[in-house]
Amino acid sequence: MSLEIARGESVAVAGPSGAGKSTLLALLAGLDAPTSGRVFLAGTDLTQLDEDGRARLRATRVGFVFQAFHLIPALTALENVMLPLELAGRPDARRAARETLALVGLAARTGHYPRQLSGGEQQRVAIARAFVTRPAVLFADEPTGNLDTATGSRVGELLFELNASAHTTLVLVTHDRELAARCRRSLRMEAGRLL
Amino acid sequence: MKAVRLALRTLLREWRSGELGVLLLALTVAVAALTGVGFLVGRISAAVALQASSVLAADLRLGSPRPLSEDYFAEAARRGLASARTARLLSVVFNGDASQLANIEAVTAGYPLRGRVLTAGEPFAQGTAASGIPAPGEVWPASKLLATVGAAVGSQLTIGAATLRVTRVLISRPDQGGTFAELAPSLIMNAADLPATRLIQPGSRVSYAGLFAGDRAGIEAFKAWLTGHRRDDERLRDISDASPQVRNAVDRAGRFLSLASLVSVLLCAVAVALSARRYVYRHLDTVALLKTLGATRAFTLAVAALQLLALALAAALAGSALGFLAQEWLLRTIRGLLAVGELPRASLTPLALGFVTAIAVLAGFALPPLIQLSRVPALRVLRRDAGPPPPLVLLAFGPAVAVVLGLIYWVVLEVRLFGYLALGLAVFLAVLALAGTGLVLLAGRLRGRVGVAWRYGVANLSRRHAESVVQLVAFGTGIMVLLLLGIIRSDLNSDWRRTLPPDLPNYFFINIPPAERDAFIRFVQAQGARTTRVLPMIRGRLTAINGQPLAAAHRGERGEEDTLATREQNLTWATELGADNRVIAGRWWTAADAGKPLVSLASEMQGALGVQLGDRLTFDIGGERIETTVASIRKVKWDTFQPNFFIVFAPGVLDAVAGTYMTSAYFTPGTSRTLAALAHRFPSVSIFDIEELLTQVRAVLDKAALAVQSVFVFTLFAGLTVLLAAVQSSRDERRYESAMLRTLGASRGTVLAGVLAEFITLGIMSGLLAAAGASLGAYLLTTRWLELRYVFELTPWAVGILGGALLVATGGWLATRSVVNQSPLSTLRA
Repeated sequence: MSLEIARGESVAVAGPSGAGKSTLLALLAGLDAPTSGRVFLAGTDLTQLDEDGRARLRATRVGFVFQAFHLIPALTALENVMLPLELAGRPDARRAARETLALVGLAARTGHYPRQLSGGEQQRVAIARAFVTRPAVLFADEPTGNLDTATGSRVGELLFELNASAHTTLVLVTHDRELAARCRRSLRMEAGRLL
Repeated sequence: MKAVRLALRTLLREWRSGELGVLLLALTVAVAALTGVGFLVGRISAAVALQASSVLAADLRLGSPRPLSEDYFAEAARRGLASARTARLLSVVFNGDASQLANIEAVTAGYPLRGRVLTAGEPFAQGTAASGIPAPGEVWPASKLLATVGAAVGSQLTIGAATLRVTRVLISRPDQGGTFAELAPSLIMNAADLPATRLIQPGSRVSYAGLFAGDRAGIEAFKAWLTGHRRDDERLRDISDASPQVRNAVDRAGRFLSLASLVSVLLCAVAVALSARRYVYRHLDTVALLKTLGATRAFTLAVAALQLLALALAAALAGSALGFLAQEWLLRTIRGLLAVGELPRASLTPLALGFVTAIAVLAGFALPPLIQLSRVPALRVLRRDAGPPPPLVLLAFGPAVAVVLGLIYWVVLEVRLFGYLALGLAVFLAVLALAGTGLVLLAGRLRGRVGVAWRYGVANLSRRHAESVVQLVAFGTGIMVLLLLGIIRSDLNSDWRRTLPPDLPNYFFINIPPAERDAFIRFVQAQGARTTRVLPMIRGRLTAINGQPLAAAHRGERGEEDTLATREQNLTWATELGADNRVIAGRWWTAADAGKPLVSLASEMQGALGVQLGDRLTFDIGGERIETTVASIRKVKWDTFQPNFFIVFAPGVLDAVAGTYMTSAYFTPGTSRTLAALAHRFPSVSIFDIEELLTQVRAVLDKAALAVQSVFVFTLFAGLTVLLAAVQSSRDERRYESAMLRTLGASRGTVLAGVLAEFITLGIMSGLLAAAGASLGAYLLTTRWLELRYVFELTPWAVGILGGALLVATGGWLATRSVVNQSPLSTLRA
């Protein structure tokens, strides 16, 4: 497989279950290392880095949004958003996190724990967490998969708004045709190959 | 049947997947700790009892003023018990013209059944253990006797009508006793020679005794039989009647060991509870699925219960074997420290008890969550957040509380102590639960100010509120118990060291005539020996209490204490209260009380007489009737080996009565010549060598300390199991969160720091609470129960906090190591 995604581009990846979408995402984000071949992220060869090196790169250049939100249940909305900033060693974590939460419309919910938020709110916290570091690349794995249609489309809108304003590269794995249609490019995978 | 098949099949499947390991391990270690402690305590207390028995020279001693019936010995033989007889009488022993009143002890083969007779080649020398008894025609006189009549090994002594040859010098015999009923020096002879002496005539005063020994159950049964068959004037004594010194030590040791084993049981229960929680948590989905497929609630409950039962069986077997091996190994390693050559064999009782306890603990701590498990709705297959309805509080905690209380009572079997422990436990748990809540609040406040790793770690504690409290309780209990044992052990040890210094008096001197008193003390001091206080000693008999003649009221069934009241008493008078005496009721006399007929009673004597302050006691002293009033009750520390008396008169009452003096002193070993010279210079003074008795007491204390230390090791293991179980119960969540953090860019080090921060915080909190609880517990136990002095120390606090942090952090790190290494990839697969 050979794939190049340009800076600021938005790409949707679709395909049946087991096609390898998540594996592709994992390789692109440096969550996993390929057995052969090379992966470059924002100019850095991921295959040359060890796990902690890839973690450092993720902390500064990469954002994630998951289908299951994956907020840390022990931390408040604000603390969840602060987490990547703190991991990257940023001193103004609290202020930046507050601003980003305000940006996704959750200024009033900063002290709430994930269990106290609705699904849509949780995903908005997750999106705030993904954007707070102003990442070069945002990876989203079925970001609307766990949400009802109306909430899902609002979350999708938010995702593209932020993408446009921050000039972030967006890589989206989704079954949602509406969401895929909003991307500049659509890829389809089957049995581990790009069609 | 269907349930059994499914239970076993899924059990095997889960075993292969490694899910059951932790629960099985927790149960196994629990049973191992329990049975190990049981075996160990059983064997060591048997050894201690064996040691204590030597004071009676038997396990059971039947004394009588008349020859004992043959039936007793036939019955003992029928029951497979060993037996021997002694006959004791006072007679004058002659060496040519020199004579001395002696205490003749005629014994049969087998004497002593417990303990050792020490003999030597010359008077007052270091004794070696004798094998057997004097052959017919031979005698073993005591050092003092030999020195007084100027005889030596090889001399011929005349006793009554018989002439017998001295072959050894008697240094000590186990049943010479810690009391001074016998003032004359002893001589051991073979009972076969007794008729030839013609000393036993109608009307002669002879004390006969039957000695019996065997295994504990056999002795208990025989004791019951004897109690039913003995005559009224025959007196039965067993270890519990042995001298107060040994009795004290055995008592302390037994109580302490039972406390230690109790602690292990409770720690095990906590570990099982934690493991059961995890088991239930992991089976919510399975049960929901089974229900979706049509299983009834009863069926799912049966499957889960059967699986736990199978686990309990496996753990009980493995744990018992492990416990037995552990205590066997421990005893082999430390065998050299024990005075008894061969330890008694382990009884199998702990196996059964361990098994029953395992089942009880499971029923109390695992059954309630299991019932909860069976209530999980089938809906859970569609909605992951659908859990079982909240449990009834009574059902959730009732069985656990009942089992804990039952176990505590079963181990201590003493209502007052049971009350203390149960109440202490309840308070401790309440305090810990409160502290857990406090921790949540505090963590919420403080975590904004610390770095990301600490925030994440502490936030974990806050979020898993209930789990944190459970872990606090577990770690807190574990550490508290270890600290408590540590404090009490060092208190006991230092107290024992205080009461048994190396220069503890090893000789008692009785019958010092008033005219020779000062000369005697000068003589002893000139030999470099240090005397203790010198007290007058007057023989007298208690005749009436509050005007009621004593004989009728106090000659009953109760054994030693009755004779304590009715036998001829050694009385004294004193102005000063000794440092080893404490007035527990009434008051000690002042100078103004001199000449008033007041007495002070030792608490044992008060118990035997059943009298109170202000009661009137009438004594017959040398034919004179003296009526006195009880002015105070004293608690006497008998193990100081200072002269002490059950009954002390106020000064000025007995001064005119003819009496003698007594004292005790420490002579360095190897001063046999000095003592021989002393015996020669002061022939009327009786000398008692208590070195052998002291050795016995020291050996008993040694064993007690040893047992305590070994039990301590088991408790430590139990505590570690709790820790492991606690960490394991939150493993899945940790795995997920760790992967999440790594996905967001946290390095392995950051995740590890978060885990360590969490466990260090938990450890510090547990250590803090444990130290507080242990200090309080130690205070209550040492002052109220062990009756020792309590000294507050800061060390347990430092040890508790540092040790807690280190222990919990290390344990937590070991248990979560694999979690920290969790690949971030799994967040995508979740």
